[in-house]
Amino acid sequence: MNMLRVSVWRGGADGEYRNYEVPRQESQSVLDVVTYIQRNIDPTLSYRFACRVGMCGACAMTVNGVARWTCRTHVAKVAKDNAIQIAPLANLPVVKDLVTDMCEFFDKWARARGRFAPGATRKDAFARVASDSPERVAANAGIECIGCGVCYASCDVVSWNPDYLGPAALNRAWTLVNDVRDTAQRERLAAVAGDAGCHACHTHLSCGERCPKNIVPTASIAGLKRAVALAAWRGEL
Amino acid sequence: MRNDFRARNHPAWWAFLVHRLSGLALSLFLPFHFWALGQALQGEARLDTLLRWTQQPLVKFAEAGLVLLLAAHLAGGLRLLALEFLPWRGWQKSLLAWAAGAALAVGLAFALVL
Amino acid sequence: MSGAAQGYAAGTAAARGANAKFETWLWIAQRASAAVLALCVLVHLATIIYAVHHSLSGAAILARTRGNVGALAFYTLYVLAIAVHAPIGLRALCQEWLGWRSASLNWVIGALALALFVFGLRAGAAVFVG
Repeated sequence: MNMLRVSVWRGGADGEYRNYEVPRQESQSVLDVVTYIQRNIDPTLSYRFACRVGMCGACAMTVNGVARWTCRTHVAKVAKDNAIQIAPLANLPVVKDLVTDMCEFFDKWARARGRFAPGATRKDAFARVASDSPERVAANAGIECIGCGVCYASCDVVSWNPDYLGPAALNRAWTLVNDVRDTAQRERLAAVAGDAGCHACHTHLSCGERCPKNIVPTASIAGLKRAVALAAWRGEL
Repeated sequence: MRNDFRARNHPAWWAFLVHRLSGLALSLFLPFHFWALGQALQGEARLDTLLRWTQQPLVKFAEAGLVLLLAAHLAGGLRLLALEFLPWRGWQKSLLAWAAGAALAVGLAFALVL
Repeated sequence: MSGAAQGYAAGTAAARGANAKFETWLWIAQRASAAVLALCVLVHLATIIYAVHHSLSGAAILARTRGNVGALAFYTLYVLAIAVHAPIGLRALCQEWLGWRSASLNWVIGALALALFVFGLRAGAAVFVG
């Protein structure tokens, strides 16, 4: 039986890597490996997952140093010398083993005004938004985000600047900046400007490189930079 | 958990590093450059002395390096302006290759005339 | 200035608003000076390669530059763009790699900008005025 050598982070922030041996299977995913360890070797291993089919983003972890969805990562693709290393997502506080505290990630989402601000009531007619209008096309490029945190974990500016809102929050803000029905545009632009906002992005493009939905937050953030600059120029910031 | 080089090992990240480090190097060189040029205030002879000093092989090599850094920073900067101001398209990823090529070309041009 | 330099989470709403405006204008200045420098650097590289190719001596260079009002104007613009561009870039580096985020950074960066401008003008005077 071909055995895979797996190194898994155990404990909190001051934990350590522990080694396990897992039988290799055909079409095995990294999530399969983690599940095997928890069910057959060490039931104290903590990890998150839900759909296990690449829809929810809950299983995101660091595999061989790179943030990935473990349910969508084939062992065959990432194993080096029949070994893999699994750790929790970077840039987030570690709760236990492979589980991180996502509060900060979502708090920043709120701080970036990543929330739709409606202006219409149920008595008003439906808003008519052409799907091929430039704003809608721009918004559509970013709305598939499911908040998995892979981009946030991959971003070095997040590591270097604790206040930085991060690619996911800013990407969401951009989709709303392009939502013609939204009524909080001025507040949102003010929220995403500054050294904790879009101006801290240095176009590393790690976010776009790693996003499992092929979203490129850098492009959204560039849009925010332009929108904010225009607002400042007009004295509207 | 912190990211290490494995998370950073992709072309756009290297482009960022080159851009930042070249900018830093050029910033450190600038004061010396302004001082050297300011020597001309003391007459041509002073400037000539400096220019003779720059004929030394090691200095020429360093100069070529500086020109390469300047070309790299310029090319990388133009790439950034394109990424930030032009609507996002797939070809922008290959801007990196163009920028690197252009920088190298300029650096070589300088090296060739040495 | 100190309000604008405070961290986002640490500051008040007013400080965050000032920070937002400050950072936005720094970004605009950085990109505008970059566009100016793109032109200036291309000209500068061309003249360097020309001068080296023709093995021009100090006297030969100064003969071409001294009294050249057009060139003086060009290099003054060049120096101004550098004095804006380099300090803003260094500021980001200091914040992210040295963790230097206090108000003192802005003062040091401002002083650096002034120094670059003054010494750059002096160099320009040396080469183009004499």
